[in-house]
Amino acid sequence: MKTLNKIYSLIFLLCLTLGFAQQTPAPKQTKDFAIVGATAHIGNGTVIENSTIIVSDGKIITIGPEASTPVTKQAMDIIDAKGKHVYPGFIVSNGTLGLVEVDAVKASNDLSELGTFNPHIRSIIAYNAESKIVESMRPNGVLLGQVVPRGGRISGTSSIVQYDAWNWEDAAIKTDDGIHINWPSSFSRGRWWLGEDPGLKPNKNYDKQVKELVDYMNESKSYNKGGKDESHLPFEALAGLFDGSKRLYINVDDEKGITDAVNFAKEQGINNITIVGAYQAGNLTNFLKQNNVSVFLRRVHTRPEMEDDDYDLPFKLAKKLVDAGILVSLEPSGQMERMNSRNLPFYAGTTVAHGLTKEQALQLITENAAKIMGIDDLYGTLEVGKSATLFISEGDALDMRTNQLSHAFIDGRNLSLETHQTELWKRYSEKYNQQD
Amino acid sequence: MIKLHLRLLIFMCSFSLFAQDYFPSNSGVKSKNSNYTAFTNATIHVSPTEVIENGTLLIKEGKVVGVGNSVNIPKNTTKVDLSGKSIYPSFIDMYTTFGVKKPKRGGNGPQYGASRSGFYWNDHIMPEQDVMASFKYDSKSASEMHKLGFGVVNTHMPDGIVRGTGALIALNNNADNSMRVVDGESSQQLSFSKSVTSRQRYPSSIMGSMALLRQMYNDAKWYSGGNVDTKDLSLEALNKNKNLIQIFEAGSRANLLRADKVGDAFNIQYTIVGGGDEYERINEVKKTNATIILPINFQLAYDVDNPFLASTLSLSDMRSWNQEPHNPKILAENGINFALTTHGLKSKKSFKSNLMKAIESGLSKQKALEALTTIPAKLLGKSDILGTLKTGSYANFLITDGDIFKEKTKLYENWVQGTPHVITDMDTKDIDGDYTFKLAGDNYKLSISGSTDKPKAKLESGDKSLGTKMSYKNDWINLTFKTADSTKKEYIRIAAHTGSGKSLNGKATLPNGNDLSFYANKEPEILETKSGVDGKVKIPPTMKPVTYPNMAYGFTEKPKSETLLFKNATVWTNEIDGILVNTDVLIKDGKISKIGKDLSDRNAKVIDASGKHITAGIIDEHSHIAAASINEGGQNSSAEVTIEDVIDDEDIDVYRNLAGGVTSIQILHGSANPIGGRSAIIKLKWGASADDLIYDNSPKFIKFALGENVKQSRSSTNSRFPQSRMGVEQVYMDYFSRAKAYDQLKKSGKPYRKDAEMEVLVEILNKERFISCHSYVQSEINMLMKVAERFNFNINTFTHILEGYKVADKMKEHGVGGSTFSDWWAYKYEVNDAIPFNAAIMHNAGVTVAINSDDAEMSRRINQEAAKSVKYGGISEEEAWKFVTLNPAKLLHLDDRVGSLKVGKDADVVLWSDHPLSVYAKAEKTIIEGVTYFDLARDKQMREAIMEEKSELINLMLQDKNKGLKTQPVKKKEKELLHCDSIDLHN
Repeated sequence: MKTLNKIYSLIFLLCLTLGFAQQTPAPKQTKDFAIVGATAHIGNGTVIENSTIIVSDGKIITIGPEASTPVTKQAMDIIDAKGKHVYPGFIVSNGTLGLVEVDAVKASNDLSELGTFNPHIRSIIAYNAESKIVESMRPNGVLLGQVVPRGGRISGTSSIVQYDAWNWEDAAIKTDDGIHINWPSSFSRGRWWLGEDPGLKPNKNYDKQVKELVDYMNESKSYNKGGKDESHLPFEALAGLFDGSKRLYINVDDEKGITDAVNFAKEQGINNITIVGAYQAGNLTNFLKQNNVSVFLRRVHTRPEMEDDDYDLPFKLAKKLVDAGILVSLEPSGQMERMNSRNLPFYAGTTVAHGLTKEQALQLITENAAKIMGIDDLYGTLEVGKSATLFISEGDALDMRTNQLSHAFIDGRNLSLETHQTELWKRYSEKYNQQD
Repeated sequence: MIKLHLRLLIFMCSFSLFAQDYFPSNSGVKSKNSNYTAFTNATIHVSPTEVIENGTLLIKEGKVVGVGNSVNIPKNTTKVDLSGKSIYPSFIDMYTTFGVKKPKRGGNGPQYGASRSGFYWNDHIMPEQDVMASFKYDSKSASEMHKLGFGVVNTHMPDGIVRGTGALIALNNNADNSMRVVDGESSQQLSFSKSVTSRQRYPSSIMGSMALLRQMYNDAKWYSGGNVDTKDLSLEALNKNKNLIQIFEAGSRANLLRADKVGDAFNIQYTIVGGGDEYERINEVKKTNATIILPINFQLAYDVDNPFLASTLSLSDMRSWNQEPHNPKILAENGINFALTTHGLKSKKSFKSNLMKAIESGLSKQKALEALTTIPAKLLGKSDILGTLKTGSYANFLITDGDIFKEKTKLYENWVQGTPHVITDMDTKDIDGDYTFKLAGDNYKLSISGSTDKPKAKLESGDKSLGTKMSYKNDWINLTFKTADSTKKEYIRIAAHTGSGKSLNGKATLPNGNDLSFYANKEPEILETKSGVDGKVKIPPTMKPVTYPNMAYGFTEKPKSETLLFKNATVWTNEIDGILVNTDVLIKDGKISKIGKDLSDRNAKVIDASGKHITAGIIDEHSHIAAASINEGGQNSSAEVTIEDVIDDEDIDVYRNLAGGVTSIQILHGSANPIGGRSAIIKLKWGASADDLIYDNSPKFIKFALGENVKQSRSSTNSRFPQSRMGVEQVYMDYFSRAKAYDQLKKSGKPYRKDAEMEVLVEILNKERFISCHSYVQSEINMLMKVAERFNFNINTFTHILEGYKVADKMKEHGVGGSTFSDWWAYKYEVNDAIPFNAAIMHNAGVTVAINSDDAEMSRRINQEAAKSVKYGGISEEEAWKFVTLNPAKLLHLDDRVGSLKVGKDADVVLWSDHPLSVYAKAEKTIIEGVTYFDLARDKQMREAIMEEKSELINLMLQDKNKGLKTQPVKKKEKELLHCDSIDLHN
């Protein structure tokens, strides 16, 4: 055991000397580099064995089988990745990283704002680029994500960031990409303090709540036609939905709610819609497909909602939707969602045990997420001309046994894989080694 | 009218009877009616087992003085002829709050001390409460009960855990309490629910209520022994009430079993108010030997018209709609004594229809009558005066027009203590039927219905329906109807005598003023050849089979232990043999019988496991599934409570855990207080009853907790000690010092007050019970080890232990294990320095490490969490696997029975589709002691069966709705995810 410890401590020392200081964002790429010999998982369902990837000025300039793409340039770093795997950086859909640091400490929480209709509330300005939780994403290959405000009927406006930045402006890769709505629930709870049955009963106010939302959207549409006397910030914030520049994300899980929500969006003339959650979407695959609706599927690692549900329903739902041709990405919301976002690859891995192929599962957290959020021009796949936002893993990155990163890059910048957590690991491993 | 007056006269006369002899009278001369009343020619149900045809019931001064075929009738007797009618003893409801108002909620915010003095230390214990102090006779409610056939009710104050004495009240609307109160202290009432008048926090859970009751009985004994110098009026009352019937409101079969368990420990047999779901575990209920006061508040069918809403109904909720009406029959078949009650009915009016449902579902009429008469009378110790119509009994009886347990039978009168309460006037002749008559050349058809209650007439002439009004009183009907000529507003009036009921005889006055004689002939009645409404054959409702547990994925027949031979698997032994490839495993008699190559056994079921992996079942050291409550946070120490009291044997998460390869768990108390409650260590034997889940000779554990939760960091009030980590240490110092002194006193042979809390702490001092302590930061971890060392014992396990890596050397030295999360952090301030490398560092330092869940979601894929130790910190796969199997077994002192694949150990085994640490692996079979509790293929079949049964039940519910029966809105069943922090909504 002691010798084992010594070996570990050597490895730690090596890491320490090679590693960057924690939380210092990596500098811009100055020198071209090539990753040679790895199995490249493109993110679009295909794989290139023994690949060569050449990165210049933050972009992938070459990717292909090693044999057909020899590395010729002289002034280039070569990373030998034989036997290893390269993946596009994983993308967190519907994330909240950077908005809360410690769940139970209210002072560290910037997740939601007062009020019901808050489209003007913008998450990006509260994004904490220096969050210790954000940095803990990188060693697992989770490199990008949406930052979404929560609460209310219209929660606000999200943006998309990369996870190695000095500040929120630096982090932003697409600002104000979408508006997030919480669809009225089909069930509501009795007010037990008034002696009502606290159980879940059909929500009597459902129709009223839907109408309120419809009215609000209509008012906003009228406002945005012009000719207004006074400015109305929330209405203004919704303009992007009607001109197609913003996507509408609707959080809803039940079958009827999903149907109503999609019909609502269509009637409003909003075409870019994504259903978030979508627990019962399995019964609506044709409808969703016909209406070109994409899905942020709720956290794979959850319990089935109803007692009678198949025990593996949350695990296998992705397979059902993907098979039906629906564009699906995975979202992490739920308990401890921020720290758990680093488990995104394993959410995808679980869908493999329940039906998808590994490359299909990978697509959920790379290409599909990028497509839905509209960042697929640069992110989500390993293709020529796209950003070199990728990482090298010792093995299959969707399985926790083998998700071991040696390198990670955002826009070609070589990231530190150190975190508050790895530092403590090293500090205390060292402490016990000294005692030996 | 004359008859009615006569009867009222008897009634008025009888009133004076109730004035007591020694009371002065200033309203006239003192008079007493000592006449007899005889009810003759009746079918008299003297008792459920004795029926007299053509009998006479003779009563005097509110009592039965004779009953039989040849009763001697004295001269001063008023006779009432009851030919064709029946007499039954009136019903008794043992569980009501008749005449009692429930007190209002009092106070705000949590309170830790009692608000009274001179009474027991807990406000919710109120044996001194006397229901008569707040009793006010409510003649309106009484009239409601009369209509249902009740003559006597037991009432009580429905508030508190011990609620004090109840009273037995005769529902005599024409007397005063001097007569009506049959017994002013008839019962002692108990429940698990706290008083609404006090905000005292303790107990905050059902297990707390159970512990409190036990301590109360111990204290009462200690008090009665004269060991206490001060006054405790509660304990005095408790001791005084101990010979009364003890009625315990449980409200469900699970709580019924819990209540009985409390009583058994003190040789008290409670009479228990059940939940109507006893059929789900009938054998366990039977074993209690308790008599049950049974509600029949059967559910209405759900309104399933809307398929979206209907899809949220759970099979268990749908089934209870179908099964509940059969509950009384099943109790009767199992020889369980029960009394029926109106308790729990939203509308008392539904009592009769629900009773009819129970009878349709197989409850015999005799049993039904017993449950409403002789059984409650006997339980209340009043068989001599209540429950039958034997001589000497109260004249409490019902007059009906036939079998009282038939839907259409009319209840005419409800006599209580010789006082009649008229429900339906029995002198009103039933003239329902179809009549034909001719008038001025036209043929008419008249249909009369509801004649004894709300008379209604329908009149047709030719094919026209004519607007008709009818009244009926004292054998005369008046009928006014519009003439067939619709262009005119003209009316014909009829007045006719009903005679014998076969015809109507009188005169008709035409619109022009002419009188004609009127005669209508009654059409012969079509005898009902088929029973039921609309003449359709009524099919007795069939009951869906009860499964174990009685919900989706339950077993119709409990699965049995098998001899199983797995061939050519990769076998993770967790023993010196390591991981064996192409190896066979033989399971026999619930044990691992052989491990090796080319095994065979003639009787074994052979399972090809090539390409698959076999491991020991997963053990979760820290779980909160399968429990009805988790935290008793009403005090800073709750060593007296045990999770074993509150195991929930129908938690679907048990099944889901099995589907994740979990076979054993420790259900830990929560982390609301520094000294928590005792654990339950169970095997996930899906379908077994709560007590059968618990390990035989289970090692004894208790939960302790440190840090933010116990110092109530996120509570808005801070009135409970401790509020800082400094205080937490002192809580332990205090309790262990006292426990030491307690133990010394106990061992000295001197008398001592038995204190459940101290008994448990003494077990810890004596190394008979082990601590699993919720812990986060290094300072507190270090502190608790030092406290333990001062009292010369060891902490067994630190659970969570997220900063264990900072003191791993000290932990190793102390000899404590660490049971941690793989990667949780950032959820509260004290987990700022939690790192996923924790398990690896502790393991490398020589600490026995387990990975636990504390979460019903994580536990069903905890193999993946173990795998994270490979990722974070480079633990070998073989060692990582032990983190969720052998190591937790060691920490729980169960490694001689489970945790590895070794010949002779329990056959708690999982067959995996893939490498068990891989995210791609699925449990295909999960076996406990040779019984396959989860099987992937069987699971698929069950899903289909669930779908099928639900569709069938939905159809049945739609049939109910289409029949015009009432429905209830769909509800969505939810199961709260319990964590350390979960506080019960226990009132």
